Amino acid sequence: MKVIKNIILVITFFAFGTYIGKLIFGRSSDVPAPAPTYFQSGVSNDSSGIGAGTITGKIINVTAGQSIQDAVGKATPGDLIRIYPGVYNETVYIDKDNITLQGVIEKGEWPVLDGQKTMNDAILYSGNGVLVENMKITNYKGNGIMGQAGNNYVIRNNWIVDTGVYGIFPQFGKNGVVERNVLTGIEDAAIYIGMCDNIDVRFNEVYGNVAGIEIENSRHALVEFNYAHDNTGGILAFLTPGLPIKTCYDVIIRNNYVYNNNTKNFGAVGSTVSHIPKGTGILIMAADDITVENNIIMGNDNAGITITDYGYAGVDHASDPESEPNSDRITLLENFMSNNGNDPIDDVKALMVTQLSKNGPDIIAVGGGAGSCVVNPARYRTFGLDKYANCTATDTRAVKTYMLPKPVTPRATTLAEKGKMTYFAVCSGCHAYSTRLVGPPLNVIQALYKNNPKGIEDFITKPVHKRDDYPEMPPQNYLTEDTRKAVSEYILTLTK
Amino acid sequence: MTISLIVGAAILAILAFRPSVVRRITLCATCPPGFELTGNNTCKLRTLYQLYVSDSGEDAGVGGLKTALPAVRDGFTPQQIDLGRYLFFDPVLSKDGTLSCASCHQPEKGLSDGLKTSIGINDAKLKRAAPSLWNVAFYRKLFWDARATSLEEQMMGPLYSADEMGSTKEQLTATLNDIDEYRALFKEAFPEKKSDEIEVSEVYHAIAAFESSLISLNSRYDQYAHGYAEALNKNEIEGLNIFRSFVARCAECHTPPLFTNQQVAVIGLAEPDGLPLDPGAQETYNDPSLRGAFKVPSLRNIDRTAPYTHSGKFSTLREMIEFYTLGRGHEVAAGEKLHIHWHIWEPELKDHELDRLVDFLKTLTDETFTPRVPDILPSGKSVQVRRQDYNISSLNQ
Repeated sequence: MKVIKNIILVITFFAFGTYIGKLIFGRSSDVPAPAPTYFQSGVSNDSSGIGAGTITGKIINVTAGQSIQDAVGKATPGDLIRIYPGVYNETVYIDKDNITLQGVIEKGEWPVLDGQKTMNDAILYSGNGVLVENMKITNYKGNGIMGQAGNNYVIRNNWIVDTGVYGIFPQFGKNGVVERNVLTGIEDAAIYIGMCDNIDVRFNEVYGNVAGIEIENSRHALVEFNYAHDNTGGILAFLTPGLPIKTCYDVIIRNNYVYNNNTKNFGAVGSTVSHIPKGTGILIMAADDITVENNIIMGNDNAGITITDYGYAGVDHASDPESEPNSDRITLLENFMSNNGNDPIDDVKALMVTQLSKNGPDIIAVGGGAGSCVVNPARYRTFGLDKYANCTATDTRAVKTYMLPKPVTPRATTLAEKGKMTYFAVCSGCHAYSTRLVGPPLNVIQALYKNNPKGIEDFITKPVHKRDDYPEMPPQNYLTEDTRKAVSEYILTLTK
Repeated sequence: MTISLIVGAAILAILAFRPSVVRRITLCATCPPGFELTGNNTCKLRTLYQLYVSDSGEDAGVGGLKTALPAVRDGFTPQQIDLGRYLFFDPVLSKDGTLSCASCHQPEKGLSDGLKTSIGINDAKLKRAAPSLWNVAFYRKLFWDARATSLEEQMMGPLYSADEMGSTKEQLTATLNDIDEYRALFKEAFPEKKSDEIEVSEVYHAIAAFESSLISLNSRYDQYAHGYAEALNKNEIEGLNIFRSFVARCAECHTPPLFTNQQVAVIGLAEPDGLPLDPGAQETYNDPSLRGAFKVPSLRNIDRTAPYTHSGKFSTLREMIEFYTLGRGHEVAAGEKLHIHWHIWEPELKDHELDRLVDFLKTLTDETFTPRVPDILPSGKSVQVRRQDYNISSLNQ
């Protein structure tokens, strides 16, 4: 056991060392591309389809004593922010697209974001195409890295220790990858994929958390080659009621190491994960179309794999009529399972007594659900698989990745379209075509600025009070220059 | 000769227009602000949020700054919207002609009424607070307890409740059909209608059309969201970061861009003044696990719609926010088993964090599309039917 752990650690460090070596020695600092070559190999499961980390702009260096947020403030899409070793006490928020935050690790010295247990979150992003790598993040109360509706994200090679509720938490994001991160000491899920689509979670190590990896109300997730050990629960796939996204399906959990997840539950009262019994390897609750394949699941004291609906899970959430509570179409392919169930909770013990066993199961399925199957169940200690058919599927090798082949692009809009949207969203509050609202009618403005959109543009940027019979117009300088130009042109085309 | 011709023509004209009345009102032929007049004479909403794709699922419309909105109810004609405006402000819709929709949804009070709980017909004290109508065009569930799924279904509640406007379908249609000007206006708004009689479904349609035009999506927050970093000051940005952090967790349910995820949630409020617990959505869904659950209200224009909660128990934003940090379930009575939402926890927000949250919430104010109050009503009634003793100021100023 210990040997295996050591081998994995050695491999991890070797891979890491190679990568960092390339980073430090393989490039001079004026070569900005942060992606190691193995991600650019063009093989189908690299992250080149995400687009994040494509540096087209400037490099901003941040050194100890400076503020990362100041650098984000100066950055424009396509810029690379390199953060040198030192301790940074701040919350960094990125409300811009295509920003890369790259820690620079020198001789083993990491750049550290330290919230000193007084700050909420280390990194918040809402932009698309955000990449965060090589940061050590510790002592926050909320999250290490939280995304809110940012698509095309890459979060990798970060070392996250006790950042509160979650470690890495992309929410409402489509097309992303979370890989090669090490996370520990998190009181809910270390890696929490919430209400996302098309996401790969791979090569991460999660230990000493309540939940290692949680895929919740997300679709098309591949959880692969992770090492989840010594958590309360290792890897979870949940459909939680009461959220605006009402489904969790198409999740593949394969080739993971799920060992000894026997840590006492230290989740906050009322949280979903506070109900997870210690000793939980893999837990599937109310999620559908989940495949569990080729994992090594050992030493989890309650059960190796638990499949449940809400009723059995003991979660006291209010129910949700739009949220289907059963785990349906679960596919359990070949898994290496051993030494699970050494100290099951009382409820599981009571069930296993009916099987004349004192130990907990490798696999337990309780509650409702239909259409599930299992391969070769006789080799495991199981409970509740009577309804499970023999699987016709043999493997998931056709799925290399759930990331998209191309980045999700913003809705294709022309500048003209933007001008029109801006007119209705902003200008029409005070101007109508031929009647007076707050400001003069547009046909009057059109007559004044015939063939002169630049005149309108200049005026709305910095209005001067021209007419006593109307109030002074507030400046519209919060619109970008090209938007102001587009809306000025649009105004001259209106006919009604 | 000339004079007699003119007089004759005038008499002819009058005769020709009989039996229609002398029209005092014509319906607006242009769309309200924020809407584009498209083919088929319909108004379509245009907002900058339509430049974004929705991130997760089809038109989920939740989360983050640059996110598409959920599906909107639009496509009404300008005339239907304007007719709806007259109906909305007309007290003739109530049993005794004293209350209009606008009595509880006043434009100058954030389309609410400023009261803890609203006051209906014959001074009836109602059970819950009047929700604001801003952005109802996006809502899939209405009422605090989520018991209606369309604006039409919703409005039947107050129109026909004996304690609210107190009318009936029969009285409503009879009253409107007795007013020649309304008959003419409905003809104008529904040119394809066969009958001369006003149908109740047309009344609903017109009011829904007007309510769907009440859009507020251009606050300073929105300017920030669309990319103008200077739209918010330092304190307000700090507030935004607290708002969306996973410590305070406000943004988990009050999800941008609408600042509601449109779900029901149990947050563990007690009723004021020792009143028994309002079961809320438990009754709607006949589900005990939803006891005390209410619809997550939008925070748009929240600074304009005090007091807060379904019972109006908090009179300031500061008090409302503080509720969330005074302990999970701290108001729940002994012996009451509530399934409190998992996002309600112990965030231990500090005083200055509460202040910053208030700063941020005030950036969600945008009333540029406040509807115009009609100068005259087809019923001939005044929109100024107000009860002075409630200190409700006149609408029409």
